[in-house]
Amino acid sequence: MELTINWYIALSAILFSLGALGVLTRRNAIIVFMSIEMMLNAANLAFVAFARHLGDLDGQVLVFFVITVAAAEVAVGLALIVNIFRSKKSINIDEINLMKG
Amino acid sequence: MGSGPVVYIFILMALVSVTSAIMMLRSHNAIHSALWLVLNFTAIAVLYVVLNAPFIAMVQITVYAGAIMVLFLFVIMLLGAEQLQGMTGARGNERYHQAVALVLVALLLVGFVILLTQGGVASGGETAVIDSSPAALGLRLFEGYVLPFEVTGILLLAAIIGVAVFSRSKKKKEA
Repeated sequence: MELTINWYIALSAILFSLGALGVLTRRNAIIVFMSIEMMLNAANLAFVAFARHLGDLDGQVLVFFVITVAAAEVAVGLALIVNIFRSKKSINIDEINLMKG
Repeated sequence: MGSGPVVYIFILMALVSVTSAIMMLRSHNAIHSALWLVLNFTAIAVLYVVLNAPFIAMVQITVYAGAIMVLFLFVIMLLGAEQLQGMTGARGNERYHQAVALVLVALLLVGFVILLTQGGVASGGETAVIDSSPAALGLRLFEGYVLPFEVTGILLLAAIIGVAVFSRSKKKKEA
């Protein structure tokens, strides 16, 4: 049995779709955030698989940037969630419908 | 991308990552979700090793499964948000929404798989294993991606300042 890039792409697509499912179905803002991380991770897996497939390091360099952006995004996003929780006593995204604090 | 034991590693890690992703979505306790996600990230790190990306695998474990997930766990425990009411219960037409989302994501998945495995991607043409040591990766980063690297630095600075401002303004209001 030969392991081709298609397997990795399929796995990446499955993980991305599961992340999208989490964003659409879960109401807890932190879980929604984790699902977004999972989607970023699925994209990273596709990048690395293509880097291996094409014999080119550029894909791995891009994963590096994606991880950096994800780290910055998590820091800012979690700070936002903490602030929202302090003012509204809830992180249910159905109840957060105002920009006003 | 290889044959023999690599295939079994892939199948195992694919099973682990997909199962842990599903469990992450299904668990009602946010801490459990975070721990499932750590498992997911670790399984993908193993796949990175298989894909000749050892440095990315280490970064995945230290930054993703380490730093980012510790931040998540810290915030969950700080807020005591692990089992907030009304987060998962079936409330009115929530079941209907979930069914719709499930169908949409299933379609998205089918589209992805068909597009990426049938068209678009050339599946043949196995290439030789290239040098992907941290030294080679760093060389490539600083030879071809200096400007993006600098922009990343600015982004991180902006994130630090943003987080500091968020925390500070709250304190002022409380005082």
